[in-house]
Amino acid sequence: MMLLFDIALVAGLLTLAVHVVREPDERSAIIAFLAFGLLLGLAWIRLAAPDVALTEIAIGGGGTGILLLRAEAAVRGRGKHEESVTRPGKLAIAVGCAAISAGLGLAVLSFASPAPTLAPAAAEGLSATGLGNPVTAVLLAYRALDTLLEKVVVLLALIGVWSLAPDAAWGGVPAVRSGEIPQPLAYLARILPPFGVVIGVYMFWVGADAPGGTFQAGTVLAAMWLLVMLAGLRSPPETAGLPLRLALAGGPILFLAIAFLGFAFADGFLAYPKALAKPLILAIEAALTLSVAAALAMLVAGPARRAPTR
Amino acid sequence: MSGLADIATIVLVSAGALLFLAGALGLLRFPDTLSRLHAISKADNLGLGLIVLGLLPQMASLAGGLKLLCIWLLAQLSAATASQLLARAVHRDRADR
Repeated sequence: MMLLFDIALVAGLLTLAVHVVREPDERSAIIAFLAFGLLLGLAWIRLAAPDVALTEIAIGGGGTGILLLRAEAAVRGRGKHEESVTRPGKLAIAVGCAAISAGLGLAVLSFASPAPTLAPAAAEGLSATGLGNPVTAVLLAYRALDTLLEKVVVLLALIGVWSLAPDAAWGGVPAVRSGEIPQPLAYLARILPPFGVVIGVYMFWVGADAPGGTFQAGTVLAAMWLLVMLAGLRSPPETAGLPLRLALAGGPILFLAIAFLGFAFADGFLAYPKALAKPLILAIEAALTLSVAAALAMLVAGPARRAPTR
Repeated sequence: MSGLADIATIVLVSAGALLFLAGALGLLRFPDTLSRLHAISKADNLGLGLIVLGLLPQMASLAGGLKLLCIWLLAQLSAATASQLLARAVHRDRADR
């Protein structure tokens, strides 16, 4: 029974993937890509990786989807440009992508059975971190450097988006809402955020011991903030505003500060003193969640469009 | 007792799945956006409601059941809003033409 479901899931994924590539209309392709992200999340659930599934659905499905849709809306109606890729060029890209997929497939299939795994080692060290979720332990203790760089990349992406602002509007307010706001949207924006904020905070908190974590929680919080801004209940903050900048940089700064303090109080860079491991990790996660939420929301809000008020 | 609950689950979840199937069929076959919207919103609200109702007897704890109900309510809320927004967009497009 489950095999049937898995086959249907894989068939759906492959069909959607081909559809996304082949669809000539950008908007339809993006919507199909959103559906692809949701299906991929289901596939991760089937692979018993709920942490990855949550991230895939939140970022791959929701976050990337809305970014792409807004980008498409921004360039729509500017006239179709000449296709910059020629037919042989497209063919080369297709062959390259297919070769990479085939190579990855081959690599996965040729794994020794049972596959080499670090899972027992990860589970063994778990008690030293005070955490219950081995995924969080990997992200914030064993491989904390990767996580730190990941969050900095999100900030860099935001700087890239902000730098698209016209000179006069630099530091000003992004334009999120467009035109008249439908009543149902305003209603949803009043009802949903209380639930969403609770769910987001819960996802961060439970991440220490169960699936969940900073990125997933940050995405949910960002979505709630965006909903409020889209419905015009609150205007977006000035991109030069100190509270916003602090929220954005706070997570990575705290992470870095604790990382350097590791030299003085623990074994070195990014090492936690054993007694304080869990509280420190939770503090970092809290600050990172806020930073991720602010960064994702601001990424979607886009570059500043109105000049700052000063 | 648990046999009865299992039967209720099977009947309700099957009915919900059937509604989703009908909704999907309507989504594919109906001629215009408004009737497609009509088809899919029925499936969303009632189908999901039946599935949640069917799963309730299987929940081990009260909190789990409440979570299921919350999921249904939130899905209802977002589906209703999305339908309204889509219908509005259709209406505006027609007025423009």
